[in-house]
Amino acid sequence: MFNRPDEEIIHIELEEITKLTDAIFTKYGYDFGNYAVSSFKRRILMVLKKYGLKSIDKLIQKILFEPSFFEQFVLDITVNTTEMFRDPTFYKALKQQVIPILATKPEFNVWHAACSTGEEVISLAILLDQEGILNKAKIYATDINHVVLQKAASAAFPVRNLDFYHENYAKTEFPGQLSDYYTIENGMMQFDKRLIQNVKFKHHDLARDVHFYKFDLILCRNVMIYFNQELQNRVFELLHNSLFMNGFLCLGAKESLIWCKIADKFETVNSHEKIFRKIKS
Amino acid sequence: MNFESILKNKKFEAIVIGGSAGSFTVITQILAELPQPFVLPIFMCLHRLKDKREGFKEALEIKSKIKIEEPDDKTLIQQNIAYLAPANYHMLIENKKMISLATTELVQFSRPSIDVMFESAADVYRDKLLAILLSGANKDGADGMRTIKERGGFTIIQDLNTCSMITMPEAALKITHIDLQLKPNQIPDFLRTLNHLILNEVL
Repeated sequence: MFNRPDEEIIHIELEEITKLTDAIFTKYGYDFGNYAVSSFKRRILMVLKKYGLKSIDKLIQKILFEPSFFEQFVLDITVNTTEMFRDPTFYKALKQQVIPILATKPEFNVWHAACSTGEEVISLAILLDQEGILNKAKIYATDINHVVLQKAASAAFPVRNLDFYHENYAKTEFPGQLSDYYTIENGMMQFDKRLIQNVKFKHHDLARDVHFYKFDLILCRNVMIYFNQELQNRVFELLHNSLFMNGFLCLGAKESLIWCKIADKFETVNSHEKIFRKIKS
Repeated sequence: MNFESILKNKKFEAIVIGGSAGSFTVITQILAELPQPFVLPIFMCLHRLKDKREGFKEALEIKSKIKIEEPDDKTLIQQNIAYLAPANYHMLIENKKMISLATTELVQFSRPSIDVMFESAADVYRDKLLAILLSGANKDGADGMRTIKERGGFTIIQDLNTCSMITMPEAALKITHIDLQLKPNQIPDFLRTLNHLILNEVL
């Protein structure tokens, strides 16, 4: 978003952000008040620019008086960048340290918390399939955003990322080719629907909703980075409550639970790939 | 150049450095010649390969006088550490105590992006921020420099004659006021003077 020299840069103050999140909470019940300010501010600036709004007050008015605009605003504001096999070494670690344990169970439950458009859901399903345990898995994929959930349920991703995903896949050193799992249809990589036949796509807001099931494995990677520490603590508790004893929690490469209030209820399985295990209730 | 008179009445609390193609040797030199203890936190965003998580920090650390850290999300900011934006993440300054990371869209084809880091730092540190933009082959960092200037910060670019790629500092020069152009060997001098003045409580 390179600004032209003659274009005015809008600077947002903290109080304006609070005013906005308060207004949204009062009117719609969505709680953005505990999002990390730095990245939330950037999203707001992007929205202002997209709709040609000159101030937060203008945005607040539009949000309060146009519910349909608010729906769109939620889409714009939530982060939906994801990729297949992001951090190939993470998937290698899953295969070596987590999958063998899941494989011993007659059945197991997986939660992709904030799954976005589902690239990670398919990535894991491919691994489970290769290990012959996909049919034993009951998988939930949830997100705050209905539109991305619909996309995820289609198991189709734009071909523009094809080379990149193939590269990531090659780095996992998993057998065969990624192309074994998809065909090209209408400019999309259409993945085999068999991969998501055990997946339930469901609306869930980590900031607001409570736990709904118990899991053996939860992936919540690069989600909590958009939350402040207060909300992170709440979500860690939610995830902890959603895990069976000895269940696994996977975070993003640069996320940590060291400082979180319930850090002692987890042990580290792989510090580099941020895989943890619930050891205390 | 008399850096002492330039730095008079400036109360810096943090330094941000951005660089891309051609900046590696310059940043290495800066880190190698930092005085110790260095009292201000340094945040560095250098364009890098997204899938190379290892090696870059280590390469910078070889000659560095201070510790270099690729922070996790919500890492507490400390003095005498240079924070390096990790591969495939944007690094943002959440507040004066804490760093946040993000995986949002590329900005100027980059993640980490210099604009993202500079703009978040400008919001937090306002007129207490010192920004240095080095050699580079794209326009990332220019918008960030403009925001820093508008928020009252101090802007330095690498002397264009010494850049192996001038696109980046030149883009900043075109859209905002640049306070100083410094040659690579002048930057450590500038930082030494700054550190000395702070330690002696002149600033």
